[in-house]
Amino acid sequence: MPMPTALTRDAIYEILQQVPDPEVPAISVVELGIVRDAVVEGETVTITITPTYSGCPAMHEIEADIVSALKAHGADDVRVKLVLSPAWTTDWMGPEAREKLRAYGIAPPGRAEPQGLITLTRAKAPVPCPFCGSRDTRLQSEFGSTACKAIHVCKGCQQPFDEFKPF
Amino acid sequence: MAHDEEHHAEEEVRAVVNKAPAAVIAAARTTTVDNPLFEYVLRLGDDRLVLGHRVSEWCGHGPILEEDIALSNIALDFVGHASSLLALAGEIEGKGRSEDTLAYFREAVAFRNALLVELPNGDFAFTIVRQFLFDAYSVLLWDALSRCGHEGLAAVATKSLKEDKYHLRHSSEWVVRLGDGTEESHRRVQEALDALWRYTGELFDHDAIDDAVAAHGIVVDHAGLKARWEAMVADVVQRATLTLPLDAPMRRGGRVGRHTEHLGHMLATMQIVARSHPGASW
Repeated sequence: MPMPTALTRDAIYEILQQVPDPEVPAISVVELGIVRDAVVEGETVTITITPTYSGCPAMHEIEADIVSALKAHGADDVRVKLVLSPAWTTDWMGPEAREKLRAYGIAPPGRAEPQGLITLTRAKAPVPCPFCGSRDTRLQSEFGSTACKAIHVCKGCQQPFDEFKPF
Repeated sequence: MAHDEEHHAEEEVRAVVNKAPAAVIAAARTTTVDNPLFEYVLRLGDDRLVLGHRVSEWCGHGPILEEDIALSNIALDFVGHASSLLALAGEIEGKGRSEDTLAYFREAVAFRNALLVELPNGDFAFTIVRQFLFDAYSVLLWDALSRCGHEGLAAVATKSLKEDKYHLRHSSEWVVRLGDGTEESHRRVQEALDALWRYTGELFDHDAIDDAVAAHGIVVDHAGLKARWEAMVADVVQRATLTLPLDAPMRRGGRVGRHTEHLGHMLATMQIVARSHPGASW
């Protein structure tokens, strides 16, 4: 007979705070901003998440990680609900998560662009190097090792580095 | 069949009425549409599924490593958008077809993508020019649909718009770099633009499906969309020192399932694993 879970909403967030983003393990899925809600009803725990990028292959992995982490803490019935709206933005990442990214060697995201259309001839400010802090850096490609990262090169310390794209 | 080449009444295209289409197309001349909303979302999903697959063909073949990575990322985004859209289409249809069923178990005649996206990749210039022409259209369309009255579609539009803006920057910057580059890169990009131009008209066609989905709060002003698209394309073409192609008869048919021969070949590759091993997972 399944028992009602003793997990509270706060306890669930604490558990999920220990579930790392599989592609950027320096931060958790909560810090990434994709955990939108946690609801406990009887023995059922429903976690609402939103995808980072539409084609991100890590989303399935994240879903499985969330389920197994909560099951390990006694939740019997864990459901993960995927919602698209409101669309994920890197603006949901807090200052602590940003500092963790920088310490990990990934330049944290700047402010996301407003909704709507873009100017194609915009000049973007250089992204500070996460290793030496130099602003003398150059964008190599807006598409990097994962959907969420861009590649830059630092002319100060001659290092290539990833940027978590503002999105 | 020849009537399909151009049916805009306001344009003087009578001269081409008896010309055979460039590619053999075989499908029902008329289709009855039971569920226009399903059909509408299917068109959106199929554009992105087919283009996503085409772009993925560059994986491992990009001209430089960064570009290989960029194209693979973009392909993933398109397939992701297709997945959301086809899942939504399946839900609207209500016959239990999932996004995978729709992607892998339909024949070419059941696909509703525009002809533009199914053409083979050609060289890098052809691929980049196609991406640019499509990205500019897609960004404007998502911007309009993000404010539409269908909640599910508006959510996909808002999400996809963010990603497509990155795509548009990428493709437009390449068009400028290649157009305003060497003699050879300029020539190749101009040739690609000239060859692709006749496939752009279909993107802005307005038919009975578009009229019908107005009942669901989906109203896109295609003429306005086309004017904004033309302005965006003209600006990039000018900066790339290229020449806009002259107006020519437009090729169309994809939206009602009359495709070029290329789609069937592409689907054979795309669908083989799912059809050979139905239900397989890993």
